[in-house]
Amino acid sequence: MAGSSNAFATTGRSRKGEPLVWLTAIGLTLGVMLTLGLLGLVVVKGFQTFWPNRLMVLEVKTGDGLRKLAGYETQERSRRDFDGTVHDEVQIFRGNEEINGETFVYFDVADIVSSEQPDDLLLIERLSGGNAIGRAKALELKDEGTLDADEPGFRDRLATLIDTAEDRRENLRTIEKTKIGRNAKRVKELTLERKLIEEGKVKGSIEAIDAELESLQADFVKLDAERTRIRERLEADALVVESADGREITILAMDLLHVFRANEAGFFGRVGEMFRRIWTFLSSDPRNANMDGGVYPAIFGTVVMTLVMSIFVTPFGVIAAIYLREYAKQGPLVRAVRISVNNLAGVPSIVFGVFGLAFFIYFVGGVVDDVFFPNSVEPVYKSGGILWASLTLALLTVPVVIVATEEALAAVPRGVREAALACGASKWQAIQRVVLPASLPGILTGVILAMARGAGEVAPLMLVGVVKSAPDLPFDSAAPFIHPERQFMHLGFHIYDLGFQSPDSEAAKPMVFATTLLLIAIVVVMNLAAIILRNRLRKKYATSSF
Amino acid sequence: MTREDFIAIEHFSFFYGEKQALHDIDMAIPERQVTALIGPSGCGKSTLLRNMNRMNDLIEGVSHRGDIRLNGNSLYDPKIEVISLRKRVGMVFQKYNPFAKTVYENVVFSLRVAGRNKKRELDEVVERSLRAAALWDEVKDRLHDSAFGLSGGQQQRLCIARAIANQPEILLMDEPCAALDPTATLKIEALIRELKSQFTIVIVTHNMEQATRCSDRTAFLYMGRLIEYGNTKQVFENPREEETEAYISGRFS
Repeated sequence: MAGSSNAFATTGRSRKGEPLVWLTAIGLTLGVMLTLGLLGLVVVKGFQTFWPNRLMVLEVKTGDGLRKLAGYETQERSRRDFDGTVHDEVQIFRGNEEINGETFVYFDVADIVSSEQPDDLLLIERLSGGNAIGRAKALELKDEGTLDADEPGFRDRLATLIDTAEDRRENLRTIEKTKIGRNAKRVKELTLERKLIEEGKVKGSIEAIDAELESLQADFVKLDAERTRIRERLEADALVVESADGREITILAMDLLHVFRANEAGFFGRVGEMFRRIWTFLSSDPRNANMDGGVYPAIFGTVVMTLVMSIFVTPFGVIAAIYLREYAKQGPLVRAVRISVNNLAGVPSIVFGVFGLAFFIYFVGGVVDDVFFPNSVEPVYKSGGILWASLTLALLTVPVVIVATEEALAAVPRGVREAALACGASKWQAIQRVVLPASLPGILTGVILAMARGAGEVAPLMLVGVVKSAPDLPFDSAAPFIHPERQFMHLGFHIYDLGFQSPDSEAAKPMVFATTLLLIAIVVVMNLAAIILRNRLRKKYATSSF
Repeated sequence: MTREDFIAIEHFSFFYGEKQALHDIDMAIPERQVTALIGPSGCGKSTLLRNMNRMNDLIEGVSHRGDIRLNGNSLYDPKIEVISLRKRVGMVFQKYNPFAKTVYENVVFSLRVAGRNKKRELDEVVERSLRAAALWDEVKDRLHDSAFGLSGGQQQRLCIARAIANQPEILLMDEPCAALDPTATLKIEALIRELKSQFTIVIVTHNMEQATRCSDRTAFLYMGRLIEYGNTKQVFENPREEETEAYISGRFS
């Protein structure tokens, strides 16, 4: 060329770069940033819920003079007034619902006159009414009289009070839930039986039933007396706390869950408290309209529902895919079926919820109730439950498994099939002994995707059995131990419930993030388990090197 | 007594849908000898081979005319079950394709699918087949390891052991050395010469030297027609047809 002396002259592209390559890189970067941002936000906000803040006593200027309050800062914001001035504000959690009303309040930073962190401030977790903040004043004990906070032995006595209260509450739960529950169940059964005998439908002795009913009634009276006794004992002792503005709050032993000296604790004390809070969150039942306490029943419900769903969806999807790929004559009909299956994955999930409600609950559940529980007054299977929810989700995720299995089957090299057939295997033997093992990793990928989809689904569940509070888990010690008809709690629905339906949205906010973090963690853990399983299978059934 | 027309191919034509792949092939393959099928790519030699155990039935829309008889029995007799036919005809493929199982399970696969699961019998079959495939000494300590741990040549010999485990009468080999290096190729060729005392072997090959080294008879196919068929020595040294000479001297491929 005339203009260029060098035969290897650059085209210009190598210096500027290929614009489309840049575009792909930008796309990937945006995707990664979005994912990391989302995860980061959830992780940071989620852990903030558990990190114990220092408690402060603030003096704030208000319309009617100086006011003192205790609490901790939860967030900061800038507010623009109508006249355009900008105010920096802090949100303080001040607790003590019964004297303060609103527990989260905003103050203009400029109005805060002084702020200190006295060592003797306590953060007290209560069974009802949310947290309390204040100075310990005294213990009012029924048997020992009043023990002032500055007397020696106060702390130890408070700790034992909390422990014994916990034991007694546990006792109370056993009596109320297990013993009285069992008693009531038996009474119900006997009453029904008695009615049937009276109507002449069943043979039996009314006298024996009456005798048993009488003894049950006697048992109930005893249990009820025991319950009242424990309750009275729990209400007899109390911790008296003085709030920052000098008002007194009496916290009954019944309500007293945990006392944390937030300003006295060192770094390790706070870390310990954080782990205690995480453990409580994971292991205990929700309380105070789901805003406090833990999410254990929701974790349980989510995991069990997802596992039951996988148990249903895997064989169903794999069998369907084998027929579709290996046996069905490939033609317009099979193509139509395949397109329908693929499109099923795109149907809005609430549609599946409606289908589950109509088909599983009203129809199948109705038939089950008619056949097996004709005498039950309330519906047993003809109402939402964990079994119907799992089945609905299995239906929702079956296309994922079918598509993945079909692809895995198609990816098995032809040579392997031919070798099996050449050895005298029938087609089914070749599929069962050679093709299916070789495609197992691919099938598991489908199951993993199905589980991830199923665990995160909320909308259809609201129609088929999820509730905001289900005191009884689907497994327990009462015969027959497994209760697939029971309603259940689910982390996804729990998030929705906390975020949109709780009485105090400010108080629920930290729980929303913590629950979200937990839901993500559970989905990740379940997927990781499946991925590890898949990798082991892949090693075992690795297709040969060519 | 060995039979001269152990595999009798009688006026056999084969179609993939409308396309005719084989034109009126007529040849007799003798028992316990090695017969090589040579010819340029697409000439129909693999198709012919794969018809000898009806492997082509798997493809949709195929049809045929004429007949192939195995020791006097027609392959296309409607009373014959394809599965029992394939038990009499072992096959080794171009790409070695062991299953994702142990060496042991690979060898006994054909017995297992036939419902034979007695451990003593299986053990015997494994040793006999692996010895026959000249692999026993190399793998006898790794019988229960994955077959994918073996080298390419070993995997192909394992496939041969798998093909002969159920004592077939015929062994079909579709370019068995195409994916192997020269050393492994020589081993397989020695093995083929060894095995012909027990089996009737039909081998498809692109490698003319291989055909001269290990076959007794050679058939040259071109465009779906059998051009020349005779003793290997005669076909290579003194071909009767012009096309055969052109092909073996490398003027076209």
